[in-house]
Amino acid sequence: MSTLLTSDLLANIGRSAPPRKELVTRRDIRKYAIATGQRLEKYLAGDEAPPMFHVALFWNVVELEKLTPDGVSIDSLLPKFPLERAMAGGLKIDYYRAIFPGDVLVATRTLTDIYEKQGSQGPLIFYEVIMQVESESGERVLTEKTTRILR
Amino acid sequence: MSRIASIKPGDPLPEREFKPDNVQLFLYNAALWNAHRIHFDYPYATEVEGYPGLVIAGPLLGDWLTQCVIEWLGSDGELKSIEYSNRKAAYIGETLRSGGKVLSLERESGSVELELYIKNEADEVITPGVAVVSFPATQ
Repeated sequence: MSTLLTSDLLANIGRSAPPRKELVTRRDIRKYAIATGQRLEKYLAGDEAPPMFHVALFWNVVELEKLTPDGVSIDSLLPKFPLERAMAGGLKIDYYRAIFPGDVLVATRTLTDIYEKQGSQGPLIFYEVIMQVESESGERVLTEKTTRILR
Repeated sequence: MSRIASIKPGDPLPEREFKPDNVQLFLYNAALWNAHRIHFDYPYATEVEGYPGLVIAGPLLGDWLTQCVIEWLGSDGELKSIEYSNRKAAYIGETLRSGGKVLSLERESGSVELELYIKNEADEVITPGVAVVSFPATQ
């Protein structure tokens, strides 16, 4: 019944990007806290990271010439999809412990699902990416599941 | 005594108003290293992408949902999980509002489920969410 999802495309499910390791600094926490309008002193002082600080910590840092003309970096984890216009996305985060300055964290992203649904104006492709964030010693910090819809 | 003893379904979370401007959106995307033009290049956002203005970054709206929860929690409990979706875009110049309410709770385990939202000026929920928080269990 599915018309868009070839077996080659579905074979990408389970692919992981190389783990990325980042050092959490008080300065980066403070910048994130101010930019997001945090009001709790522990965040503004950089003593603890706000719950969504990891989004900034693990956003891909790419060189200028690797950005597309619209300023976006290409996610090498994703295959080329037959639909390309991104619609609303969703996020689910499970927290296991807070993040503090001095933490060295490791993030591993895996493409966990690709599926198709029929929308009111045509087919839609959904894909899910799970990012596991752990300490260097393997302690779980958080799990983030991103769902994106393409039309 | 755990604060969960005084919480009941339907209790509201305090609302907060947000008026994001160019400076805040610039600093947010700089903190991420996000160069997507729809967030800072007005002619590109409006003429090429067809948006009515500069687009507020989706994860920033998600962050505001987490702030709604953690400010309500104070030091009484912990955020265990949050789930949200960006259903409708928001633009520089709009006034947005975060808030929510208690959906359900289990006093024995200390678990509380919250419904969250970001609304626009038309009172539309543009970013709905659900969070689970944990308080010390009642004895």
